[in-house]
Amino acid sequence: MSKLKLIIEREFIAKVRNKSFLIMTFLSPILMVGMGALVFFLMKKNDEKVKEIVYVDNSGLFSKDDFIDSKTVHYQDFTALGVDETKKKVEEGDYYGALIIPKQDSLEILANAIEFYSKDSPGMTVMNSLETKIERKLRNEKLNSFGIDLEKINASRIQSDIKMFNFSGEESSKLINGLKVGVGAIAGYLLMMFVMIYGTSVMRSVIEEKTSRIVEIIVSSVKPYQLMMGKIIGNASAGLLQFLIWGILIFIISTVASSVFGIDMVEMQTAKLPAEQLEAAKQAAGMDKMQLIIQEILSLPLLKMFVLFIFYFLGGFMLYSSMFAAIGAAVDNETDTQQFMLPIMMPLILGVYVGFATVMNDPHGSIAVLFSHIPFTSPIVMLMRVPFGVSWYELALSMTLLLITFVLMVWLAAKIYRVGILMYGKKPTYKDLYKWLKYKG
Amino acid sequence: MKNLLEINNVVKNYGDFRALNDVSIHVPKGSVYGLLGPNGAGKTSLIRIINQITMADSGSIILDGETLSPKHTADIGYLPEERGLYKSMKVGEQALYLAQLKGLSKAEAKKRLKYWFDKFDISAWWGKKIEELSKGMAQKVQFIVTVLHEPKLLIFDEPFSGFDPINAQLIAQEILQLRDKGATIIFSTHRMESVEEMCDEIALIDKSNKILDGKLNDIKRQFRTHTFQVGLNTLNPKEVEASLKQNFDVLPADFKLLGNELTLNVKLGKTNSANELLSFLTSRGEVQHFVELIPNANDIFIQAINRNN
Repeated sequence: MSKLKLIIEREFIAKVRNKSFLIMTFLSPILMVGMGALVFFLMKKNDEKVKEIVYVDNSGLFSKDDFIDSKTVHYQDFTALGVDETKKKVEEGDYYGALIIPKQDSLEILANAIEFYSKDSPGMTVMNSLETKIERKLRNEKLNSFGIDLEKINASRIQSDIKMFNFSGEESSKLINGLKVGVGAIAGYLLMMFVMIYGTSVMRSVIEEKTSRIVEIIVSSVKPYQLMMGKIIGNASAGLLQFLIWGILIFIISTVASSVFGIDMVEMQTAKLPAEQLEAAKQAAGMDKMQLIIQEILSLPLLKMFVLFIFYFLGGFMLYSSMFAAIGAAVDNETDTQQFMLPIMMPLILGVYVGFATVMNDPHGSIAVLFSHIPFTSPIVMLMRVPFGVSWYELALSMTLLLITFVLMVWLAAKIYRVGILMYGKKPTYKDLYKWLKYKG
Repeated sequence: MKNLLEINNVVKNYGDFRALNDVSIHVPKGSVYGLLGPNGAGKTSLIRIINQITMADSGSIILDGETLSPKHTADIGYLPEERGLYKSMKVGEQALYLAQLKGLSKAEAKKRLKYWFDKFDISAWWGKKIEELSKGMAQKVQFIVTVLHEPKLLIFDEPFSGFDPINAQLIAQEILQLRDKGATIIFSTHRMESVEEMCDEIALIDKSNKILDGKLNDIKRQFRTHTFQVGLNTLNPKEVEASLKQNFDVLPADFKLLGNELTLNVKLGKTNSANELLSFLTSRGEVQHFVELIPNANDIFIQAINRNN
């Protein structure tokens, strides 16, 4: 046992002292927050420039009320100038573009006859917003022509926000669901990244011992199994430490950044959503957005999620890194690892895809449930499901399966590892690996 | 207990390949035991079994009266042929780590390392990384790490590779000193002159089988051909050679002397003795040179292997 401790200690220190670990740990949170701030800053800058859009309305249907200026887009009525003159002006002047509404007999034809001219191709958001405006106007016209009173229609418009409950008394809504998806996705994705980064690190460390030929000296003192486990646990500890430091750093930096630069971190996250959707969310919630989100995040089972993240990280990492260790032992150098890497990467990536594809739509659907129990994908998929509330017996089953598989995989990997670390020369095939499994002692 | 290590009827298979076939070796306490054989004969397999890196399929291994078990790793020091150290780890830290893996406490390991580092005059390397050292320097560190925990049994596989002649001499002396202090040494090498210099007993393994073992002198006696190098000052060399041929096998000389003597290799027949040869020679002239050709380790190695094929 004390030998295992020695190995863990060495592996941990070797990993933590490594320059790339220090850079990754301390620089990447700064980079992440910095990049976020930069993107936000650029987006703000980009939006600050007011877009001047002119329109020529030959149909006579539209009025200034249909084109209300927003913060970033201003509209001007150029109908008086005529189409040709307007186009010329826009081409020469400092305008974003010209909307040409021709005269047509029917609204249906008009709907597809409107044109937009600009020097550069226009942004999607601008076009979407123009289309919405036109559609709304034309629909109103149509309703009018049917003799339906617009006032009544408007008065009859009712917003509904279905409050969702489950039987453990948790309340949710669409916004909260979005948050849960986000938190789950981040946790699952982070786990995959950690498993990949630290798994390859275990593999490299095995290859290093093999190529430097120290391995034969070490295994004359300790069992290969101890060496492998020491490596895996040492790297897992380094990974947890890095994760912890990241958490603390990101918290500190974002607190400092938001107070110093006045950058609203939450706004940063949601800035990508189309403005209208955001507006709807705001209205539906009927309270300050920032407050709401913080409140909702806090109401998630955070402690449970944290504990489960640690468990699934360790379980998933042990499972995968024992395979990485076996690969490292089987080959002589890193270039030979590729043929064996694919079968390891596949389930990891599959886990993330399945998670994104199914959990978001239906966190308790059969596919999501299935993959949150298969040990090779469960760490990722289950973490994505956890924010939506997973019953304890499902968790227990998934965790037990993961534990059993992990023990089994470590046992198998140790067999390959034991033989592989002393084999040099020929690049092994899967058949060779199978043969090694059967070697005695 | 006469033997420190007794290997009895060890068999080891790798899949369909039999690496060791019923090999038995007894290593006397306090001896330097040469484990010889061509490449791929099974030496490394045997050494790895002694080190419990792999296990024998059958057979028994007794170390100092006890069946070999994991607790014995502290009693064995092993310098593999293919060896190395962590390149980016500092010499001192690395030596401490490896010593602790062999069961020494940190304080004890430090104390002993200081002694050895002073002895080899390499204390200045303590804080250096292995990648900053030359190959020979790293080998010295490796040697220290192997012997630091003062094991009963030391296994050296090609210990001199990578050393210049001066350092090789230094290491050879250290090995003999360790033996004098009571350690038992298994020594595997292809350098036959060092076998000659250092080994008390040898075993020869070829194609997974032990084909020869015993005291080096006994084996030499087995392999002696009763051939003598002869140098004779005589007036009539042709006549002497012709009459020698009647009683003995006479071969051309494979050596040179200082004068113009008649030089021959003479092999005794089954019926005659060295004395008869000598008296015949003295009757025909003045004997300048008369030496028995004793087979060296190299000859024995080649002959035994050829015979086995």
